[in-house]
Amino acid sequence: MSDLETPSPTDPSGLGPEVRQSLMGRYDLAQKAGGLLAPVLTAVLAFFVGGLVVFATTGKNPLATYRAIFDGAGFNWFFPWVTGLERSNAAANMQQTLIITTSLILTGLAVAFAFRCGLFNIGGTGQYIVGAVLGVWLGSSFAGMNSFLHILLAIVAGSLGGAIWAGIAGFLKATVGAHEVISTIMLNWIAIWVGVFLFGLGGPLQNDTQTYVPISNDVLDSAKLPVFWGDPLLQGLHVGFFIALGALVVFWLLLNRTTLGYGVRAVGFNPEAARYGGISVPTNYFLAMAISGGFAGLAGAIDILGWQFRLATGDVQGVSIGFVGIAVALLGRNTAIGVALSALLFGGLLTGTSTRNLDPEIFKPELASNLTLLIQGLVVLFVGADIIVLWLMARVRRRRPA
Amino acid sequence: MADESRTVLEMRHITKRFPGTVANDDVDFDLREGEVHALLGENGAGKSTLMNILYGLYHPDEGEIEIAGKPVRLGTPRAAIDAGVGMVHQHFMLIPVMTVAENIVLAEEPTHGRAFLDLREANRRVTEISERFGLAVDPKATVQDISVGQQQRVEILKALYRNADILVLDEPTAVLTPQEAKELFEIIRGLTAQGKSIIFISHKLNEVTEVADRITVLRRGKKVETLPAAGATEESLARLMVGREVLLRVEKGVSHPTEVLLEVEDIHVFDDRGIQKVRGLSLAVKAGEIVGVAGIDGNGQTELIDAMTGLRKVAAGTVTVGSKDVTHDSAFGHFHAGLGHIPEDRQRRGLVLEFSIAENIALHDYRKAPDSRFGWLYPRRLVQRAARLIREYDVRGGGPATPGGSLSGGNQQKVVLAREIDRNPLVLIAAQPTRGLDVGAIEFVHRRLVEERDEGRGILLVSLELEEILSLSDRILVIYEGEIVGEYTPDATEEELGLAMTGGGRGQEEVA
Repeated sequence: MSDLETPSPTDPSGLGPEVRQSLMGRYDLAQKAGGLLAPVLTAVLAFFVGGLVVFATTGKNPLATYRAIFDGAGFNWFFPWVTGLERSNAAANMQQTLIITTSLILTGLAVAFAFRCGLFNIGGTGQYIVGAVLGVWLGSSFAGMNSFLHILLAIVAGSLGGAIWAGIAGFLKATVGAHEVISTIMLNWIAIWVGVFLFGLGGPLQNDTQTYVPISNDVLDSAKLPVFWGDPLLQGLHVGFFIALGALVVFWLLLNRTTLGYGVRAVGFNPEAARYGGISVPTNYFLAMAISGGFAGLAGAIDILGWQFRLATGDVQGVSIGFVGIAVALLGRNTAIGVALSALLFGGLLTGTSTRNLDPEIFKPELASNLTLLIQGLVVLFVGADIIVLWLMARVRRRRPA
Repeated sequence: MADESRTVLEMRHITKRFPGTVANDDVDFDLREGEVHALLGENGAGKSTLMNILYGLYHPDEGEIEIAGKPVRLGTPRAAIDAGVGMVHQHFMLIPVMTVAENIVLAEEPTHGRAFLDLREANRRVTEISERFGLAVDPKATVQDISVGQQQRVEILKALYRNADILVLDEPTAVLTPQEAKELFEIIRGLTAQGKSIIFISHKLNEVTEVADRITVLRRGKKVETLPAAGATEESLARLMVGREVLLRVEKGVSHPTEVLLEVEDIHVFDDRGIQKVRGLSLAVKAGEIVGVAGIDGNGQTELIDAMTGLRKVAAGTVTVGSKDVTHDSAFGHFHAGLGHIPEDRQRRGLVLEFSIAENIALHDYRKAPDSRFGWLYPRRLVQRAARLIREYDVRGGGPATPGGSLSGGNQQKVVLAREIDRNPLVLIAAQPTRGLDVGAIEFVHRRLVEERDEGRGILLVSLELEEILSLSDRILVIYEGEIVGEYTPDATEEELGLAMTGGGRGQEEVA
């Protein structure tokens, strides 16, 4: 690929830190320089600025607001002194938080995996939709099928669908050099409008009973993921949560314990050195995108089989989980453990600020969900400006006598 | 020169710390009017840091600077220029599409009424200073059309135009042919005769003894000594730089070449812009010999190396490694046919800087047992091999888990060398294997290459350093505009080779 062969300008001063031009290289540097502190500081800064906005716009005490969000997300379930009705409420909230955390882990991993190959997968939304569409289609077909096989079929198909969807972008990148940011965004829109067509009035996958409602058939009981915590009728926590935890392990093993992961990381850090070493850069671009899409497709299928059970055209158009995945991956520094923690943080935020959970006495829920978006945006901003955070840290360090 | 002459620059007790290192540790440096003061040291010894402090790019943590007897604070390059300091960087800061005169007057252009560029005045002034200092240039020529040596003159003129009395030349001969270097030394003598003072940064010992009046040696951020150039020998300077005895000459016996291991026949290669860079070039490397390819940068060496190692398409011709035709194979195919490749740019190509040493060493073989089996990687085996090679090749500054990027240049090159040689290749292509390395590391690399030759490998050495080519090679090929224009024995002189490298030796081949 000719664009990889332009000579790099060597550092004229000859003494700056090693030239780190790659996207992953920069993240690696940030990670090493800041360690765990930098992402934590990023989150704290985002919450702090969010608090300032709360105070400035509503005059409410930001701490009370955050406390309400904390309780709304069910995090108070961890406190042993919370008992009785409060405890069962907390448990219900926690289940909701973990349901969202499940899909955020997977869409976060989707972004993170591509990132490790130096690619920016913005197509989580489209890949998620493809996974959800396949999940609802297969999950609502094959009545009487063995439950385990039914679930397996729908999940594998959803994941494969996402992989193929992202694989298209990877293939285009590998063969003609089409930038993955552009192609994944376009694939998002294709997925959205195909979904609207499929479930829309007269669409091929519209439900069989209510012909005036643009919605899919319901997922059959045999394809529903078993609920292991809480009431299945009240959206308890389904076993998809463990699939997400398993995906974290797979992500880590794949990157650090397989030859495939070695190639992906080598290309992500330094495509030119990888090429020199005999690693095919285009192949790895394709593989990384496909695997990345597999995680996002899995998220779509699991959400359908776990708690949504049906897909309306409005749902398809409203999918935002793919984008939150970007913030999750960025804050989680593209590592398995980081993605897990930041998915929990964002899962809690989304649940804690939803209309159902937040105490309206404290904060207007419709404002509160905007607060989530605000914090989400601030996180992306601060992570993108990791240099600022690192600079602040360096300043503090300099003030302290060594 | 005149010992009693006035001191124009005095840097006292300069200390500059970077996280983890002290780049300059209580360094004193002074410069007298009309002298050439060489600053000598290995890479990372603190030469560039000291000069960047002088040029206002860094602020010293401690110490003071006096120029012409007055204390100054050089916060920015602008302040340094105003104080009379001019800097000629190793990599030129010129705008290729603009003319010589436009480049020289840049940012201080003569104007009509502060709005319109007065080009005629610019040309006149440039002609005037170029005549005064004996630096012949054509003010109307476009920079991209003139030679590297002339571009360097433009850089010097740029500094003189800004009334620099102190000129800092950062490794000025690195990009020049031997002839151009001689001319530069003449220019330097002319400048000092007119009262300019020059700081000459270099790690080439022969140049320093030739051109300098005094020499300051830095080692690991500290000043070792300032001594008069008269009486200093290359050996004594090398000892000061490295801190121990160094073998400057490579010791090697007679070569006993046997069968051909690398054969390149009539290949044609194009660069990224579609310009033909290698034109029907043929060469052969036999087992047990070092073949040196000498040439000025940009004569097709990079494209030739890339084509021979599977990183660039071969438009026509064949490349054979051992008995296998690898012309159209990928880099992977070349490596597995028995080729080792020490790349030109170890930071961009030779290493994944973020990878650990262990991972870097596995770069070619991680897909094979014992590194991996059925796609499953065994990091512990990678670490074991790395630990062994770190010992064997005396890599300092880290263990198997240390990221490649945190090693010094010399140790990075040792990792590359260890990886390429440990695979037991038939042929080793070494492209600029000592570029940017210090004396100690150069010695190591050279010794190792000769050892590998004696082991029966074929070695193709492509280098811009004539001295390196002359001291290592058993046969020397000169490349000029993508063709081999001559073959020489190692007793050829620099002048002979230099002439051939500039196209002058065409047609008068002297076959060994």
